[in-house]
Amino acid sequence: MSGQAPEPVAVLETPIHVDYSFTAGLAQSRFLKGLAEGRFLGQRCPRCKKVYVPPRGSCPTDGVPTTDEVELGNTGTVTTYCVVNVPFQGQAIEIPYICAQILLDGANLAFMGLIQEVPADQVRMGMRVEAVWVAPDELGPTMSSVKYFRPNGEPDADYETFAEYL
Amino acid sequence: MGERCAVIGVGQTKHAAKREDVSIAGLVREAAERALEDAELSWADIDAVVIGKAPDMFEGVMMPELYLAPALGAVGKPMVRVHTAGSVGGSTAIVAAHLVTSGLHRRVLTVAFEKQSDSDAMWALSVPQPFSAPLLAGAGGYFAPIIRAYMRRSGAPDHIGILVAVKDRKQALKNPYAHLHMEDISFETVRDSIMLWDPIRYLETCPSSDGAAAMVLADETAAAASPRPPAWVHGMAMRSEPTMFAGRDQVNPKAGRDCAADVYAQAGITDPRGEIDVAEVYVPFSWYEPMWLENLGFAPEGEGWKLTDSGATALDGGDIPWNCSGGVLSSNPIGASGMLRFLEVAMQVRGQAGEHQVDGVRRALGHAYGGGSQFFSMWVLGDDKP
Ligand SMILES: [Zn+2]
Repeated sequence: MSGQAPEPVAVLETPIHVDYSFTAGLAQSRFLKGLAEGRFLGQRCPRCKKVYVPPRGSCPTDGVPTTDEVELGNTGTVTTYCVVNVPFQGQAIEIPYICAQILLDGANLAFMGLIQEVPADQVRMGMRVEAVWVAPDELGPTMSSVKYFRPNGEPDADYETFAEYL
Repeated sequence: MGERCAVIGVGQTKHAAKREDVSIAGLVREAAERALEDAELSWADIDAVVIGKAPDMFEGVMMPELYLAPALGAVGKPMVRVHTAGSVGGSTAIVAAHLVTSGLHRRVLTVAFEKQSDSDAMWALSVPQPFSAPLLAGAGGYFAPIIRAYMRRSGAPDHIGILVAVKDRKQALKNPYAHLHMEDISFETVRDSIMLWDPIRYLETCPSSDGAAAMVLADETAAAASPRPPAWVHGMAMRSEPTMFAGRDQVNPKAGRDCAADVYAQAGITDPRGEIDVAEVYVPFSWYEPMWLENLGFAPEGEGWKLTDSGATALDGGDIPWNCSGGVLSSNPIGASGMLRFLEVAMQVRGQAGEHQVDGVRRALGHAYGGGSQFFSMWVLGDDKP
């Protein structure tokens, strides 16, 4: 090439919208129906006894169906977290917000949840939290039924109690 | 491993935020042509093409390998597509190498790419699902809590991540293909950059890049006819583990440790820090350097940060230079990022890394990881036949 920059390639933006049906399967259907009732339903592995919430219907470690249903409480521990301060398209929550790994009491796997009602710089690993649900008439088979988690006022959990869940 | 396999040609694009001068087809062809040129071969000499990229949803082009076949000279030839999320560039090279070690083909072209300016990776990684909270936090939101867990577990001081961010950007200044050339990078500029996903600062994250990487892999006979020194594959391995299971160690994943153990055993390496001369390791967030130093056996658990802190991983004066090219922190065409790690160590072994060349490289480690730290691929290259 003789030093002349080539013409830019033409780029077309073609937004598309795709609707799809999500088939949750037995275990996740139970979990999602639980959310519609304001409850966390998990499943225990019959072999290793670990409790999965949300349940996936089988234990990833043992490869056996998780058939025993376990209802978990409303409280848990923040195992670790980050403060999200990045704006991007489609964001539904005002920044900065706390994205935390929350280990529900009695569960053996943490899941990601939003923490509110506490300044971002006061969130801690080990902080005890409780779920805040949407109004009863707004409950549905979705994680959006949980508005967020907030500190429940209990003293922080010892690091040792959640170290293996990091 | 079967037949011997060597890298006899490498090519990469100039990585940039937005390559307006080329389409995806032009991008991959640019890298592939450079690899052929380096190997002094033509399209007709290639027996098969193996291509990889990150999830199709990024650019929104489904199965792009089909439309890219003509641009890669693959019409009428076997073409294989590989999918392993961010580790795909490494896995793609390994699949291509297997076509050689199995004796199936003599010369295989392998290519990986991403055109992030055509895509919205942040959105593609944040698709809402009914069973998880709609947090839409992207890759940083996933990895930042894991980094915080590492910091707590190891007691590493806050400045370690800043050191890596500065080191890799300084090294990128010696790599003409790197996306970021930040002449004024300093400890202070990184420290004072905004906390995007606390504890990850803006300058501790990788950029979004357009780019492609390509290599020509050859069997022993084809390598013997090669005009430049081959880089021989001494070991290669892939491992994966589920994204979530009770007791999973996300900071130091077992799949990564197992993958490293396998590749070291194949290459006869018992002391990675002592026996590996240079490594290109997938570090998209600065803190992953100390974490992977431990996962890959260069340091005992909890002590990776001490190697970083001591300068051991720097091109300038370190005994185990990591990411002399500037690494993923300086160029991140996602699908190609893993292959760039594999390709850069081939350049080091062949003595063609220019300003970022380490003297006398005999053994080098290329590494990639992806997904929720659940896919790993690695290879060890050497200047002699295995
Ligand atoms: Zn089990």
